[in-house]
Amino acid sequence: MQAPNAAKNRSVGQVAPQTAVFDAALALKSGAVLPGFTLVYETYGALNAARSNAVLVCHALSGNHHVAGFHDAARRKETLGWWDNLVGPGKPLDTRRFFVVGVNNLGGCHGSSGPMSINPETNRPYGADFPLVTVEDWVAAQARLADYLGIETWAAVIGGSLGGMQALQWTLEYPQRARHGIVIASTPRLSAQNIAFNEVARQAILSDPDFHGGHYYEYDPADRHAAVKPRNGLRLARMVGHITYLSDDQLAEKFGRRMRHGKHRFNYEVEFEIESYLRHQGDKFAEVFDANSYLLATKALDYFDPAFDYAGDLRAALARAKAGFFVASFTTDWRFTPEKSREIVYALLHNGLNVSYAEIDCDAGHDSFLLDAPHYHAALTAYLQGITL
Amino acid sequence: MSSTSTRMQGRFDFTHIARWITPGERVLDLGCGDGALLRLLAETRKIHGYGVELDPVNVTACIRNGVNVLQFDLERGLSGFPDRSFDHVIMSLSLQTVRHTVPILQEMLRVGREAVVSFPNFAYRPHREAIAVGRMPVSRHLPHQWFDSPNVRFFTIADFEILCADERIEIIESMNFAEGKLVEKDPNLNAEVALYRIRGKAR
Repeated sequence: MQAPNAAKNRSVGQVAPQTAVFDAALALKSGAVLPGFTLVYETYGALNAARSNAVLVCHALSGNHHVAGFHDAARRKETLGWWDNLVGPGKPLDTRRFFVVGVNNLGGCHGSSGPMSINPETNRPYGADFPLVTVEDWVAAQARLADYLGIETWAAVIGGSLGGMQALQWTLEYPQRARHGIVIASTPRLSAQNIAFNEVARQAILSDPDFHGGHYYEYDPADRHAAVKPRNGLRLARMVGHITYLSDDQLAEKFGRRMRHGKHRFNYEVEFEIESYLRHQGDKFAEVFDANSYLLATKALDYFDPAFDYAGDLRAALARAKAGFFVASFTTDWRFTPEKSREIVYALLHNGLNVSYAEIDCDAGHDSFLLDAPHYHAALTAYLQGITL
Repeated sequence: MSSTSTRMQGRFDFTHIARWITPGERVLDLGCGDGALLRLLAETRKIHGYGVELDPVNVTACIRNGVNVLQFDLERGLSGFPDRSFDHVIMSLSLQTVRHTVPILQEMLRVGREAVVSFPNFAYRPHREAIAVGRMPVSRHLPHQWFDSPNVRFFTIADFEILCADERIEIIESMNFAEGKLVEKDPNLNAEVALYRIRGKAR
């Protein structure tokens, strides 16, 4: 195993996003049709001659194509990829061995077609008119990217949380095109409580007076990033979401009841440190993310339910899969609990598929999947090393 | 359940277990350690196997061994596994580490067509001699001191056979060992490890 410092230096270095434009229409699960679309992606490592070493990394709710490395050497830390601790030379997803692809999903706000894109029918931003997209639609779009990159079969598709749903969906939709599915901190479907939190987030955005029915970009076409946007709604949405990503124990340890001024002030300004932290997280997120994209992604989460067409029988739903699987969950994840991952594991077992399952002891709740708890990365490294190319 | 140290020393019984497994079987190994038995069975019997192991270091070792491993807690039972979903359910040198002895045996016989169980015999002569001089036995197959032992159930070959009779568990075949060799005579006194092939009677 690498010492932490050695791992830090094993970076893929400076990277730049690329763009792929697809002219053929894409029929979405909702019945809507995208006349064509653009995907922004990044790649790390090199595709081997046999084209057998490609790994697709699927992002979660607020992620994007920028998985590893940095965009700006002068602002290395600020522009670091969201899963840089996993992807790089000598890291668990080793770019000396694998060709790794990160992609911004449809409906996103980092360059792929989404609500901020121009609707060819109106020559104005889609805004709320961008069709609702599902995990299935994302996977279908990713398959077009695979075609474009000349990748017939992924050695593995990997993702955490909503990204794990895409990894699972790949093995169902394209059983011949994903040899391994790596499903981390995920779930076969959202619970009522999960949907409830998403609904609170959506209502926060939808009820923001600056939302303007989702067409807020047009209120200042000169600067759609800075001027009119439902900033407060998006900030609130992120705050409530963020609470669900962390564990009670972790918050207690990190903030406890610590107060900014050491005493009660009897007002609504920041008093407890946790309030300050949440406001900061909300503010930061509202600067870089788009409210319409957030709405779309929460709906994609809610809709995901591969067993739905099989009368709720997950085993029947997974009968199509042929991949080998690595499933991991985290003991303190109360958003997508280990029980949900075990349900996936049992359904895979039932179908006689190869599967390994690790239940990682980590106190960081749902967001543990982004950290590098030793047993987590050790198990993942072992699994990835075992993939034949 | 953590059975690393006992498991490392128990490998001599693997070849005997392998003789009971027919090629192509579905095998579940409970407390599978580093996956060595499943790997052996995959190589020599082409089984489709899964291991259950709680210790995270062993889980990674299993993955490295190319073995399917599930990090489940056996104390929670096998309720997620359907009836008769495996040909053999194996528990090698781990039964003494499980608190719910009868439920786990029943679960093994529900999930598997047959079960294979091995355990250290507490009535092995050197163990009796230790007790006779007033000390808890420490030996190759009971390597821990009383205060740090992962074992929670201490029983003998005679005890196990009585339990099988009481619980209507049929003993199909058994073998007994001391120092890696087969023991034929008075196994409850002379064997340090017992290996059983069992199935449920009510069928």
